[in-house]
Amino acid sequence: MTQVESFTVAVPEEAAPLTPRQLMRRRALGHTGFLIGAGLIIALALIALFAPLIAPHDPFVQSLSSRMLPPVWDDGGTWEHILGTDQNGRDYLSRLIYGARVSISIGLGAATIGMLIGVTLGVIAGYFGGWVDHGVSFLLTAQLALPGLLLAMALVFIIGPSIWVVICIIGVLHWTYYLVVTRSATQRIRNLDFVAAAAASGATPRQIIWHEIVPNLISQIIVIFTFELGIAILAEASLSFLGVGIQPPTPSWGLMIAEGKEAMFYRPWLVVLPGLCLFTLVIGANLMGDGLRDITAPEGRN
Amino acid sequence: MSKLLEINNLSVTLPLPGGQLHAVRDVSITLNRGEALGIVGESGSGKSMSALALMRLLPQRALQTGKMLFDGTDLTGLSDAQYAQQFLGHRIAMIFQEPMTSLNPVYTIGRQLTEAAVQFGSYTPTAARARALALLDRVGIPDPKARMAQYPHQLSGGQRQRVMIAMALMLEPELLIADEPTTALDVTVQAQILDLLADLRREMGMAMILITHDLAVVAEQTDRVAVMYGGEMIEEGTAKSVMAAPAHPYTQALLTAIPRMDGPPRRLGAIPGTVPSLMTPPKGCVFAPRCGFVRPDCLEARPPQLGDADHQRRCVLSDADRPTSAPAAPIRTDHAEVSGGEAVIAARDITQVFTSRKGMFGPKHEIRAVDGVSLTLKRGETLALVGESGSGKSTLARIMLGLSLPTSGTVEMLGRPVADLAPLERAALVQPIFQDPYSSLNPRRTLAEIIARPLTLRGEDDPEACAAKTRDAMEMVRLPARMLHSYPSQISGGQRQRVAIARALVTRPQALVCDEPTSALDVSVQAQILNLLDELQTELGLSCLVITHDMAVVHQVADRVAVMLNGKLVEEGGCDSVLRNPSSDYTARLLAAAPQFRPDEMTAPPAQEATA
Repeated sequence: MTQVESFTVAVPEEAAPLTPRQLMRRRALGHTGFLIGAGLIIALALIALFAPLIAPHDPFVQSLSSRMLPPVWDDGGTWEHILGTDQNGRDYLSRLIYGARVSISIGLGAATIGMLIGVTLGVIAGYFGGWVDHGVSFLLTAQLALPGLLLAMALVFIIGPSIWVVICIIGVLHWTYYLVVTRSATQRIRNLDFVAAAAASGATPRQIIWHEIVPNLISQIIVIFTFELGIAILAEASLSFLGVGIQPPTPSWGLMIAEGKEAMFYRPWLVVLPGLCLFTLVIGANLMGDGLRDITAPEGRN
Repeated sequence: MSKLLEINNLSVTLPLPGGQLHAVRDVSITLNRGEALGIVGESGSGKSMSALALMRLLPQRALQTGKMLFDGTDLTGLSDAQYAQQFLGHRIAMIFQEPMTSLNPVYTIGRQLTEAAVQFGSYTPTAARARALALLDRVGIPDPKARMAQYPHQLSGGQRQRVMIAMALMLEPELLIADEPTTALDVTVQAQILDLLADLRREMGMAMILITHDLAVVAEQTDRVAVMYGGEMIEEGTAKSVMAAPAHPYTQALLTAIPRMDGPPRRLGAIPGTVPSLMTPPKGCVFAPRCGFVRPDCLEARPPQLGDADHQRRCVLSDADRPTSAPAAPIRTDHAEVSGGEAVIAARDITQVFTSRKGMFGPKHEIRAVDGVSLTLKRGETLALVGESGSGKSTLARIMLGLSLPTSGTVEMLGRPVADLAPLERAALVQPIFQDPYSSLNPRRTLAEIIARPLTLRGEDDPEACAAKTRDAMEMVRLPARMLHSYPSQISGGQRQRVAIARALVTRPQALVCDEPTSALDVSVQAQILNLLDELQTELGLSCLVITHDMAVVHQVADRVAVMLNGKLVEEGGCDSVLRNPSSDYTARLLAAAPQFRPDEMTAPPAQEATA
């Protein structure tokens, strides 16, 4: 070889181009929405994790002498119960803190179950196409035609309410978004040349799916995961509000809204406070999801 | 001849997250009435940006400085509305590269042709319709009346480009800008479109700026040529003198990188290095890092403009300083025909029928993509499979790779039917190289993982042996081992294609099937890759099936040629006999249509076609 061809060393490199991971980190740190969303989610997750250390009172202890105390900023509020107490005299702040545990675990659990179902079906349908695809598409159409909340209520009612049942049912009913996105992404990726190159190297469909296709879906899956997280949390709140979700005395934000609704007109904070918590968590999840989409979307090429 | 367009010191800067991208720097262009100027350059040279600046189509945040005078009017002083009202379409029009996407699919051809003309008030609807019909007829669209009511999807790519041309000519512009007008089209269609443009220009006395990466097209079609590199115009002059006696080292190198059809195939002149990123413009000459004649003063200041109005360049070298490079030695005396070689891949009577249905229960629709083709790749030879888009050549390649089984017919590899081979046995025999280096590497894997993957699939577990083989493969394709931990997005197109070759060769296959291996690459990078393939073939005794539409590439690499048309093999034979004496009409047409680059024969001045 002549030195003419050993070209890559000849040029003084300018700033070495960044790896995809470095690029992503740089974009993440410059995205305000993502930083706010991720901050909210991390803060709430920490609160849920360390609930026993943070909560000033036991959330289950009733005290009939101190029922319906107003929060500290209202007339008659005390620092003893900063956010007041509920109808049974339980400390509202402690119940809200423990409620984060329920909401976040249901959100994570249900979004994970939905992801497993949706991504599996989506990748299989997108990769194999043909009749497999027709079958999966039929499942999708059928699922979209079902009234989700009504079905969830019926199922919980039949099986019997517990936190695990609620997680599974919400998860099983929320996989369509994963399926739609991964199916079309897989269809696109499977026609790229690197998949053909892997097939020409003797890779089996299973190896191609795991090694070539799934890594390219991860950023999309993460984005949908955060959106589904918010949707699942709201679904739990709806179920609990309607009385077929989390059962008392477990503190759940949706249930707290349901319990507070009778006293809503003269003790509005009983409804407003858990509502604010839900709003914060879901807006955090959605901001993070939006941010992740912006951060991961311009894949590779810059 | 009077001056029509004068661009002085045009610079375009794009603000990017990572800094300022200097896409165009200090470019000056003069164009006379009726004259054709070719702007040539590789990707990233700023050639399209210059035209977009003139059309006011730059990205919104782009910063633009410099003066643009059109027929004495300063364009930079006009508001967008004034510019659109007075110049766009009336005096300056543009046609784009991609005919498939430049027409709106939901409107009829007729509406798209006439809309702007009526909107501007230049024509009444009836007059606009009459003019559109006349123009469609002139650009060679059969049955223009019926076409006016059709939608873009009912037209072929070549026809759409003709419609685009008709649309650009509706208001009789004085200047037509054509940005890679034929790059997306087949060779035979390309020739027709280029001829049409030349005729129209002559008829209407129109000036034209033709932007292209294809030097052969420029040599045939234009009066003047401007060569761009790294956002700067480095050489400019009459087409004849720039092509026959290039004065800038970059132009010289570029011209030797083009595969030529005349004479025996020679080693192509590859330009070392890669195109510079334009984030930090150099103090000195923009080509200096890759220049073979670089001197200390090249790095210190921008080189002066040398030469006269007919031919000037930005280079410190005077004519005497510059050694004239001798033509490279032929890589082989002539195309050696391998006689009686053992068949590595033999395809017999291959037929591939695709059936599609409209909807789930619609009627079946059959397409014979490959129709009774027999083709044998012998040991040690390079067989070129030539054809235009839709000829079935890529389908046949997939079948010969063993990636899909044909509807009927057999493929044998080293005498064994491919259907009996396990995927891993097949992989050890033949490996593919694809056209698009941007999609042939998994963006989520490092180069080391990509190249080692075939080894892992074969069950070679020893990490050290794998790493050693991976490094060997990188060395084989002349890439430094420090790149192994990079991701595909961090390297250039040519480097990606090298990685794809390394991956194909890491398991030491007997044969390569290369599907248009260089058609997505720039000329100088194509030269690097063709040289590399040639060397590797000699080194490793590989057999190669090269699929291409480019006759010059065929002449450069092939021992034997097979020509496909509509799924059938129309001609097969030794490279020289087919290229010199084609026996089928179609091959002769392909050869005639291929733009040829023969600077030595450009002795007669190109016809001065300005008549208006």
